[in-house]
Amino acid sequence: MTVTTAPENVKGDAATPRTPGNRWHSLTAVLTRVWLVPVAIVAWELGTRQAESFYFPPPSAIVIRMHELWFSGPASDLFLTEEAIENFGPSLGRLFTGWILACLIGITLGIALGRSATLYDYVNPIVEFARATPPPALIPLFVILFKIGTPMQLATIVYTVVWPILINTVDGARFLDGTYADTAKVFGLTRAQRFFRIILPSAAPKIFAGMRVSLSIAVILMVVSELVGSIDGIGYLILFKQQSFDLPGMWGGVVLLGILGYVLNASFILVERRVLSWHRRARQTT
Amino acid sequence: MLDVVNLRHTYGEGPKAHQALGGIDLKVSEGELVCVVGPSGAGKSTLLRSIAGLIKPTEGHIRIRDTEITDTPGDLAVVFQDYSRSLFPWMTVEENVALPLRRRGQDRKARRAAAGEALNAVGLAGATGKYPWELSGGMQQRVAIARAIAYRPSLMLMDEPFGSVDAQTREDLEDLVLQVRKDHRMTILLITHDIDESVYLGDRVVVLSKAPARVAGELPVNLPFPRDQIATRELPAFVHLRAEVGRLVRGKEHPAAPATEEENLADAEDTSRSGERPAAG
Ligand SMILES: Nc1ncnc2c1ncn2[C@@H]1O[C@H](COP(=O)(O)OP(=O)(O)O)[C@@H](O)[C@H]1O
Ligand SMILES: [Mg+2]
Repeated sequence: MTVTTAPENVKGDAATPRTPGNRWHSLTAVLTRVWLVPVAIVAWELGTRQAESFYFPPPSAIVIRMHELWFSGPASDLFLTEEAIENFGPSLGRLFTGWILACLIGITLGIALGRSATLYDYVNPIVEFARATPPPALIPLFVILFKIGTPMQLATIVYTVVWPILINTVDGARFLDGTYADTAKVFGLTRAQRFFRIILPSAAPKIFAGMRVSLSIAVILMVVSELVGSIDGIGYLILFKQQSFDLPGMWGGVVLLGILGYVLNASFILVERRVLSWHRRARQTT
Repeated sequence: MLDVVNLRHTYGEGPKAHQALGGIDLKVSEGELVCVVGPSGAGKSTLLRSIAGLIKPTEGHIRIRDTEITDTPGDLAVVFQDYSRSLFPWMTVEENVALPLRRRGQDRKARRAAAGEALNAVGLAGATGKYPWELSGGMQQRVAIARAIAYRPSLMLMDEPFGSVDAQTREDLEDLVLQVRKDHRMTILLITHDIDESVYLGDRVVVLSKAPARVAGELPVNLPFPRDQIATRELPAFVHLRAEVGRLVRGKEHPAAPATEEENLADAEDTSRSGERPAAG
C-alpha cells in the first residue's frame, strides 16, 4: 500500500459540486465508489488467516497491535502512548516544516522566475538539470553536509518537494493574462498589490496543484529519510519493528502512513476548495 | 487636455513589419467626449494603448495637459472591451472597484465608501459583495465603468466598451456613459467601430482610415442634450451625420450636393441602420 494512491480518489470526489439538493445523490455516488474497500479488507482478513503466514498478519491483528502500541495512552494525551508521541511528533514536524519551507522557496522563486524573462532564461537550464537529479542520490551528500538527524532529513524533503511547486508557480506566473496585466498597469497598482492581489491569485490554481503533489511526495521522503538514518519517526518505527520481528507492529506503521497520506491529501483538498472557490465557480459559469 | 501629434506605430520589424498607425494627429479638449471610429484592424486599439502607456509608439508625441507622456499617466482610467478579463474573478465587485484607490492614499473605509458610491452611480448598489462572474456581461461592464469613476481620472479611455453586449444593454450603457460624463465632468475618448454609437455619444467624431491609420476626417456633433435613444436617432441631423461618418469610414468622397443627399438618407434610415455596423473585431 503506497501513499500516492490516495489523491485520485479524493480528487474525483472534490469535482462534484455539493449543494443540499444533490447531497443524497453524492452519498450514493460515494457508496458506489467505496464499496470495494470493505470487500478488500474482508478478503485480506480471510486470506491472511487462511495462509497463517508470519509475514502477513491479518488486518485485525494489525489494528489490535496498533492500538496496543500507539493508541492506548491516557486521555490527557489524546490516547496516544509515549512511543506514539515520541515518534509521530518528529515525523509530522519534519514533514510540515520541510513542505512549508519548500512552498515558501518554490513560490517566491517561481514568481520571480515567471515574471522576469531574463532571469528565466538564465536560471531555467539550471532548474531543469537540478530537477533531473534523483533526490535520493543526494542523500549521502546531505548526510555529510547536515549530519544524520533532522537537518539532513529536512534538506532531503525540501530538495525533493520544491520542484513541483517551483515549476507550477513559474508556469502560473509566466502566463499572466494580458488584460490583467494591462489593468494592473493602467490603474497604477503598487508592487505589493501586483504581487499579492494579481499575480499570486491568478497563479494560485497552478500553485495549489503543485503544492498538493508536493505534499504526497513529502510523506514519501519523510519515510525514506527516516529509514536511512534516524533515531525516531514513523519510518524509524517500521524499521525497528521489523528488526525486532514485531510484524504486526511493522504493518501497523505501514497502515498508519497510508492513513496519514490519505488524510493529508483530503484536508489539503478541503482547504484548496475554499481558497480557490472563485476559480471553480467562475469556470462553471463561463 | 490630450494632444496626440504625428503618432506612428509599427509592429514587428523587417518584412513582417506591420504599420498600424501612420501619423495620427488628435486633440481632445477638457470635458469633451470624442468618439474614434474606424474599421476593424485599423489601429484603434493601438492608438488607445499608446495613450494609456501600454505600448511605446515608434514615433510621435502624446501630451496630457502639456506634459509629455512616456509611461502610464497617473490620472487615466481605461474601460476595456473584454470586461470578463479586466475584472479580477478572485475579488468581489467592491474589491475590484476599490483596488486602485489605495494609491490615492485613501484608507480602507474611504476606499469602501468611494467604491460604494461609484457602484451606486452605475446602478449596482446591490452587487457589492458579489463576484464578477455572478453578473451578466452588461453588469460586468458597469462594474468596470464604476471602477473608472471611483478612480476619478481626468481622462477616461474606452476601447469598444459595448462591443460584446446585447443591443438593449448597449443602449443602457451608452446612456450611462453620457450620465457619468455629465455628473463627473470627465474627458472621455471612446473608441468604437459602430457609426451610430459614435454619433449618438460624441461631441465630436474622429474617423480613422484603414491601416496604416490616419485621421480620415472629423465631424463636430451638434445634436442637442439630453440625448435620447429614440428621439435623437430620428433627428434629420443625426441621420445626416451618420451618413457623413459612414462615408468617411468607407473612404468615399464628400457628396457634391449634400442637401438632396440628406433627404435620400432620411428616407432610407430604417433599412440602413443595422447595415452600417461592421462586424465586431
Ligand atoms: N501585438 C501586436 N503585434 C503585431 N501586430 C499587432 C499587434 N496588435 C495589433 N496588431 C495588428 O495591428 C493592426 C491594428 O490592430 P488594432 O489596433 O487592434 O486594431 P483595431 O483595434 O482598430 O481593430 C491589426 O492588423 C493587428 O493585427
Ligand atoms: Mg480593437
